[in-house]
Amino acid sequence: MKAINTKTPYLFIAPALLLLGLFSLFPIVVALVISFTDISLEGLGDWSMIHFVGLDNYAQVFKDPIFMKSLFNTIFYVVIGVPLVIVCSLAIALLINFGKSRIFRAFRVIFYMPSITNVVAVAVVWSYLYNPQLGLFNYVLNWLHLPSVPWLTDPTMSKVSLIALAVWRGIGVNMIIFLAALQGIPKTYYEAAQLDGATNWKQLTKITLPLLRYAIFFVSITTMIGWLQFFEEPLVMTKGGPLDSTTSVALFIYKNGFQLSNFGYAAAGSFVLFITIIIITLLQFRLQKKEVDY
Amino acid sequence: MGNLEMNSIKAKPKVNASVKARKTASLQQWTTGIILALGGFLVSIPFIWMILSAFKPEMEVMQIPPTFIPNEFTLENFTNLFENMNFTVYLRNTIIVVLCSFVGLFLNAMAGYAFAKYQFKGREKLFYLVLATMMIPGQVTMIPVYLILNQLHLTNTMAGIVLPGLVGAFSIFLFRQFMSTIPDELLEAARLDGASEFRVFAQIILPISKPILAVQGILTFIAGWNSFLWPLIIANDEKLYTLSVGLSLLKGQYGGNFALQMAGSTFMVVPIVIIFMLFQKHIIEGYTISGMK
Repeated sequence: MKAINTKTPYLFIAPALLLLGLFSLFPIVVALVISFTDISLEGLGDWSMIHFVGLDNYAQVFKDPIFMKSLFNTIFYVVIGVPLVIVCSLAIALLINFGKSRIFRAFRVIFYMPSITNVVAVAVVWSYLYNPQLGLFNYVLNWLHLPSVPWLTDPTMSKVSLIALAVWRGIGVNMIIFLAALQGIPKTYYEAAQLDGATNWKQLTKITLPLLRYAIFFVSITTMIGWLQFFEEPLVMTKGGPLDSTTSVALFIYKNGFQLSNFGYAAAGSFVLFITIIIITLLQFRLQKKEVDY
Repeated sequence: MGNLEMNSIKAKPKVNASVKARKTASLQQWTTGIILALGGFLVSIPFIWMILSAFKPEMEVMQIPPTFIPNEFTLENFTNLFENMNFTVYLRNTIIVVLCSFVGLFLNAMAGYAFAKYQFKGREKLFYLVLATMMIPGQVTMIPVYLILNQLHLTNTMAGIVLPGLVGAFSIFLFRQFMSTIPDELLEAARLDGASEFRVFAQIILPISKPILAVQGILTFIAGWNSFLWPLIIANDEKLYTLSVGLSLLKGQYGGNFALQMAGSTFMVVPIVIIFMLFQKHIIEGYTISGMK
């Protein structure tokens, strides 16, 4: 092997690593440091205005009624949204996989489409659909002689409306993962089951679902992490309203950071979110291990 | 839908299968198809409604009961976006963002290549470091990145908008996975011919990596076209807004003007839908391969 200049590989990785270091790794350190300070807009221009405040930000954030509300909202999103996304994407993947005609491939494209379209465009369209007077949804409800629904104006309903939008966007990617996993199951299992006269339902519950366990686990972890960071939908659709009833923790961080310029306080909030995500992920891994052990 | 039944019969040419069993199987196929078609229609409603409304005059959109197909087909909303709003500027900025993100893609490919094909000190550790950045939630880095860009005097500049998302760990990872399958002999041969290391990369590695470049290129285009958060945070000046930031501004300023909003959304969504339709096989399969490894 010809001696390669030892600098070459470093030159190849340098640009990417420098950027990742500057915009992904270093920010973690910065976030941790400023979460112990009172840095705000004045502190940006004049560093002498920044004071070390210890754990004050963390103590305050847990006393902040808006933070507690956003925490509750985030739990609401996760508890309802995550199972919905998993069930819907799994059901659609199973149906598409069950179909034998080529036409079923077209459905992959249709169900995947919402997940690649721009979140702002999608939010603009859904705001129109949800509009109380001119929206399509209320028109259809009235046409069926059902009462109008206050989609985005009622505190609880607005959360549900945002979940509907996010589920619509979230199905595609998970459906693809499930389809890939389904195609990986050896056909011989089913052939053997059919010879034994197993019904479709038996095949589903005794072969398919147990073999999909790893895929389901993977999807539930990634979906859970994603939904804990629920952010863009409320930002564009409701700006967190009405009365902060749709504010998620991530939106709380954004608002405190960029609208109120309480950078230190927002950083403390973001670490609370980070640690929550880590704990929940670890817990899920624990539970998964237990399940395998039995 | 006509060939649905035929295929299901073709797929099971069992001679001993009774007519009844075959009928149930075909009935099941039809039911599945109909359920999916209904679901697919429900999922497409926002897109259908968006496109239909974009071509209606503002008066018609305000009408109750709403019309389904535009009574009076008009392009007025689109011309309005470009003539009276700043959509020309937004479009130009979005294209700049997309082009820059292709530079980022090139940097990712370079890094992926080095991790795949060179032995060097700290390779494993550095690669784990790259992977670790995937675990960091965006909300944690959002504020410090803004402060860093502010310190570098890059707020309200195009560089500030583009830099934070320029390289990505997942993309580096995918390039590394693909490029480690390229045989070393190929590189050795080129080196013996006196090609420089960079030439080996640009003229041998990149052409071989076409499949992964295609997938990543499409995904990069989509991500760049859709980029929203950093332009929103970094750009104070409307001159730097991308299409999505411009569209959210439109939503705020012309809240009641739905035909205009739908035209803006259509303009954002339709190019992506077309690109996706053309390349969907690559994207979905690329996702499948990479996602499951």
